[in-house]
Amino acid sequence: MAVVTSESGTTTAPVRNPSFRARRLLQLNWFGGLAGWIWLAIVLVPLYWIVVTSFKDQSAYFTQNPFALPSAPTTNNYRLVIESDFPRYFLNSVIVTAGTIIPAVAISFMAAYAIIRGAGSKFLAGVNGLFLMGLAIPLQATIIPVYLLIIRMQLYDSLLALILPSIAFSIPLSVLVLANFIRDVPKELFESMRVDGATEWGMMRKLALPLTRPALVTVSIYNGLGVWNGFLLPLILTQSPDKRTLPLALWTFQGQYSVNVPAVLASVVLTTLPIVILYAVSRRQLLSGLTAGFSR
Amino acid sequence: MTSAAPPVPPGTVSKPASGVGRSGPVAWMVLPALLLFIVFGVVPLVGVLVLSFTRWDGLGAIHAAGLSNWTSVLRDPQLPHSILVTFEIMILSWVVQTPMSLLLGTFLAGRQRYRAFLAVLYFIPLLLSSAAIAITYKALLDPNFGLGPGLKLDFLTQDWLGRSDLAIAVVIFIVSWQFIPFHSLIYQGGVRQIPTTMYEAASIDGAGRIRQFFSITVPQLKYTIITSSTLMVVGSLTFFDLIFVLTAGGPGDATRVLALDMYQRGFMSNRMGPASVIAALIVLLGLALALLLRRLGGSTTASQQEGA
Repeated sequence: MAVVTSESGTTTAPVRNPSFRARRLLQLNWFGGLAGWIWLAIVLVPLYWIVVTSFKDQSAYFTQNPFALPSAPTTNNYRLVIESDFPRYFLNSVIVTAGTIIPAVAISFMAAYAIIRGAGSKFLAGVNGLFLMGLAIPLQATIIPVYLLIIRMQLYDSLLALILPSIAFSIPLSVLVLANFIRDVPKELFESMRVDGATEWGMMRKLALPLTRPALVTVSIYNGLGVWNGFLLPLILTQSPDKRTLPLALWTFQGQYSVNVPAVLASVVLTTLPIVILYAVSRRQLLSGLTAGFSR
Repeated sequence: MTSAAPPVPPGTVSKPASGVGRSGPVAWMVLPALLLFIVFGVVPLVGVLVLSFTRWDGLGAIHAAGLSNWTSVLRDPQLPHSILVTFEIMILSWVVQTPMSLLLGTFLAGRQRYRAFLAVLYFIPLLLSSAAIAITYKALLDPNFGLGPGLKLDFLTQDWLGRSDLAIAVVIFIVSWQFIPFHSLIYQGGVRQIPTTMYEAASIDGAGRIRQFFSITVPQLKYTIITSSTLMVVGSLTFFDLIFVLTAGGPGDATRVLALDMYQRGFMSNRMGPASVIAALIVLLGLALALLLRRLGGSTTASQQEGA
């Protein structure tokens, strides 16, 4: 009797699945749920504080309850930031980020395509191994030779000095994630395109590229985030104020306006806002791509 | 460009599709990435080792220095301290982040709508730069004008960044604040790949929720745990910007991790040789830790990929 029920339980599982799961989840996970909501508060409270404070003037900052809404909201802090060299730094960040992710994703995609399609080649396996090794090495530790290299290439204190190493640093992870996706493209599709006389280049563009789009978006945003928020490379490879990117500008701004905390926080909001907007637009794709890309 | 696709070279067509024959025409596609990675990744990696045997102030000529950098750095009492701080932050932040991320990731893997909503909000700390986060927390924790005095809460009114033990705790808290969301997303993806039939079978056998978590979820997530831990541990070797902006290594040298030690020796004291020694140690440490974690997983990345 017992054997029979347990067997039928397994075989009919797909049918009973949804309601069964839902019931289990509801009764269970109160502990995870509690942790989830507490964590949400831990995440959101500082963010709320940043935004609220950025609309206060200095006297309100010193006297008001830190979490109270501003009694007399002001946009003066934002005006102060925007009227500084902020737009220049913003543009620099845009140039460096776009200048990095477009070539980085393009060459990583080509490399991932070659590694999957050329499986069996010792050369490609070796290259893949090299990239995988790059994942395990904190490449930031190689900053001193990179600095020397950039000086010798006469690129020191230019935006290109930030772009080239950033591309190189983003290759290992991009190739890994993209290769995982290209591997899932059914081999039959390649075979039938080949029969129709397509070249590898054509198959890459017309077959692999469209099917890998979610991964391309994921990789672009992930790398873009890293470059947009990068601090070490700009700190070491540039010097003049007009080559500063946002995180570095934020740091110097904090030095200049250390007393004016609301203004510093307004600059934090302004440097983060474009990324938050980008995230809001591409969130679904980013999250699904990210979870799929890393959990394999 | 390829509209009039040229016929495939006869040799490749007539061959049985055995993989090896096909590697020829695609192999060149790997070259741009390979070239850039060699110039800005592999060459500097070798360069770190070479520079560690030289004397260089960052501007002038580079002179051979033999083993002197290595002997002086390895004898410097600062080094064990920096290594200790690095490991302390690495291990404690792993201990805080991993259980929390596992729990949150398992929780988020459920399908209710509000969980999707939580996952959206969780991601936000990852969008901020470490510099922005450090600046924010510096203001929040200010003993005179920060949260504590503002809310008139005594336990929050501490010299958080002025006491060594507190400063390390703050760094670990902020790192967790920033990265737990990321790792819980990784775990969320991992949990969703566990077949639900396993849970059903277990609950028919009478296993409770907690039992299921430890007997099914955690073992099934083995590779996810390895991936996430590798990212965490190797990533923690590069915590530079957060600590640099938050404490600049202080108070004293309480939060001077290896990456900061390297920066201070190299770019602030203009002694690139000793700084390269530290850099080489960071690289070796990263490699050793990654290999160790892979060994612990009892598998290689390759076999994981075959299975995918």
